[in-house]
Amino acid sequence: MKNVTAQSERGKNPRLRAIFKHSTPYLYLAPTLILMIVLLAVPIFMVIKYSFYDNVIINKNPVLVGLENYKTILSDVRFHKAVKNTLYFVGVSVVGHLIIGMSFSLLLNNRVFGPKTKGIFRVIYALPWMFTGAVIAILWQMMLNPNGVINYLLSVTGISSTKIAWLSDRSYALGAVTFMNIWAGYPFFMVSILAGLQGISEDLYEAASIDGANVFQQFFHVTIPQLKPILISLLTLDFVWTIFQFDLIWITTGGGPVYATETLSTYIYKQGFSRFQYSLASATAGLVLLACTIIAIFYARQQKEGV
Amino acid sequence: MKKYLTVALVGLMLLAMSSVGMAVTLEFQQWWEVELPAGVLRGIADEFTAQTGIEIQLLSNPYADTNTQIAAGAATGTMADVVGLDGAWVYDYAKQEAISNLSALMEKRGYNDAQLSDQIKVDGATYMIPVVNFAYPMLVNVDLLKEAGVTEMPKTWSEFKAAAQAVVNNTNAYGWVIPLSTSSPSGIQNQFMSWLWASGGFMLRDGRPDLVDNEKLTKTVEFVKSLFDENLIAPGAYSMTEATMVEEFVNGRVAFMTTSLAHINLIRQGAPNLNFQAIPLPVMDGYEGQSGVVVANWGIGIAANSKYQDEAMQFIEYMMSPEVNARLAEAANAFPGNIYAEPDYSAADPVFVDSYEIFKDSYAINEFTGLPTSEHLMRIFNDHLQLYIEGDIKSVDSMLDMIQEEWVRAF
Repeated sequence: MKNVTAQSERGKNPRLRAIFKHSTPYLYLAPTLILMIVLLAVPIFMVIKYSFYDNVIINKNPVLVGLENYKTILSDVRFHKAVKNTLYFVGVSVVGHLIIGMSFSLLLNNRVFGPKTKGIFRVIYALPWMFTGAVIAILWQMMLNPNGVINYLLSVTGISSTKIAWLSDRSYALGAVTFMNIWAGYPFFMVSILAGLQGISEDLYEAASIDGANVFQQFFHVTIPQLKPILISLLTLDFVWTIFQFDLIWITTGGGPVYATETLSTYIYKQGFSRFQYSLASATAGLVLLACTIIAIFYARQQKEGV
Repeated sequence: MKKYLTVALVGLMLLAMSSVGMAVTLEFQQWWEVELPAGVLRGIADEFTAQTGIEIQLLSNPYADTNTQIAAGAATGTMADVVGLDGAWVYDYAKQEAISNLSALMEKRGYNDAQLSDQIKVDGATYMIPVVNFAYPMLVNVDLLKEAGVTEMPKTWSEFKAAAQAVVNNTNAYGWVIPLSTSSPSGIQNQFMSWLWASGGFMLRDGRPDLVDNEKLTKTVEFVKSLFDENLIAPGAYSMTEATMVEEFVNGRVAFMTTSLAHINLIRQGAPNLNFQAIPLPVMDGYEGQSGVVVANWGIGIAANSKYQDEAMQFIEYMMSPEVNARLAEAANAFPGNIYAEPDYSAADPVFVDSYEIFKDSYAINEFTGLPTSEHLMRIFNDHLQLYIEGDIKSVDSMLDMIQEEWVRAF
């Protein structure tokens, strides 16, 4: 009865009717907005807020210290080392993902192999993506053990007879974890680029061929421009995902030996869960958030231009 | 149709709500089940449920993962009701108010704590009760020593070094193994400091860091460095965890290993025919006093965020009851936390029986227990030790100076 009365009231009152009409789209959006606020906005706000206090969680009465935590972090040599390692880890991983993903997708898109062969290789190449970070870490930890398969292969092929401690030697450790990350992540690039390649019209290649373009010219002047929107999306997403890679590094090296593989994610973890300095961890996370936001703005602009 | 659906849903909700009031389920997060023979902890938990009606949900993961999950739970207030604790974690969780004051709970329930062999306290209040205690003797692969021509077990550092050298020279194995991974730096406590404590040394004085001008500690650092310099230690130490260290021993790749008696089960499972025995840790040449043996515990505590404080305390009382505690100690190859528990070690592993004799001749020690951010302290020591071994830090005095400076800041 009440509903009927309200509806008739709304029907009579043009102002109410207008409010209802304007609020309808927001009501449809409300579930998503609520989820975004709870899962994104609130945690981000809390981390930023924590970064301005002397320490939180363990300190029941935290005191506001302004930018003090940011100053401490920015003057910490271990933070500088973590930034340097992260840039190497992310840069090499993203480039590695791109090169391997592109190469395999081109192989799978060619006309030489039949659909069955392509299908088998598609599964084989995509395998690393089926494993979780922890499984990949344990797998490679065993293979890179001084007594592991990799050293055995190097020894039987006569390349090296010494037992290289890939994850324990400061000269090799960062390269080794980066290699693992490349191995773990290239299938995402491969699958996405392959989808893009299959969407490029054959006419473009035919026209290029008639104009006398060789294979390389076709690749750089037809394939790459056509894949550009996909590649930009992939590179941006991969940059952000790789910055936050934690389990692979933590399980294999823990950021060691002596900070050789310390990245921002392991640095934040140690600040928070080993030193219980949650505000310093929040300040570091705030700086990473800033870097990712810049990348996200760049990505959004590129997407807008593409549209 | 809609009407029936609504009625059915409301009925289900009411049923769910009524069942919430009936049964209490306690989450028990620990690493013990992984290290115990299959079914032991589950059996104890089920017996408790049969007696009290309180369900126990075991959340079992290896030690390092448990540590990570408890740390995350402490920060977010989502810790399991009952948690397995290491003495090294207690200070921080107590200060965070993430774990409950057990003194208050024991008093409330009228529990007689005189039966407990030890209690880990912070500011005078108990926050952890050691359920069982593990000694860290040295395990020896007897067959490897025979192959290397070593006929007598080493008693001093120089004898140990000579034996390790013989193993390296005459077999495909290494002398000793130490896990120094940054992710779990307990190797500093269990495998490094054990040399110092066995020779009557200390790293603290009056509860504060005492690393500088500490003669015994200096000699310990030099001794371990010499083992690295002479390639007597299994490669890969800087990224090795305790689990990998045990694998090295199981696979016959090292002759000596300082480890917890909790690992006897793992070694027997991994290599049923491995001929190994326990010996006291060799001591500094010339030292004739009593030796300290590293002791680690499976401690138990209650999450401050648990709604079931009373039930959780009831479960702890059950675990600490003489009969249950004795059973757990037998299964874990450990010493009981209740002084009235009488474990029957007659069927125990002979390596454990030998270790028990070693333990009785020594004194239990673990200076990291109850220190602030003790894992962080171990990590600092670990990093500087590696830098010294690798030659980045030129002298042991500089190394200890640097560590002391960082440690003092944490106190």
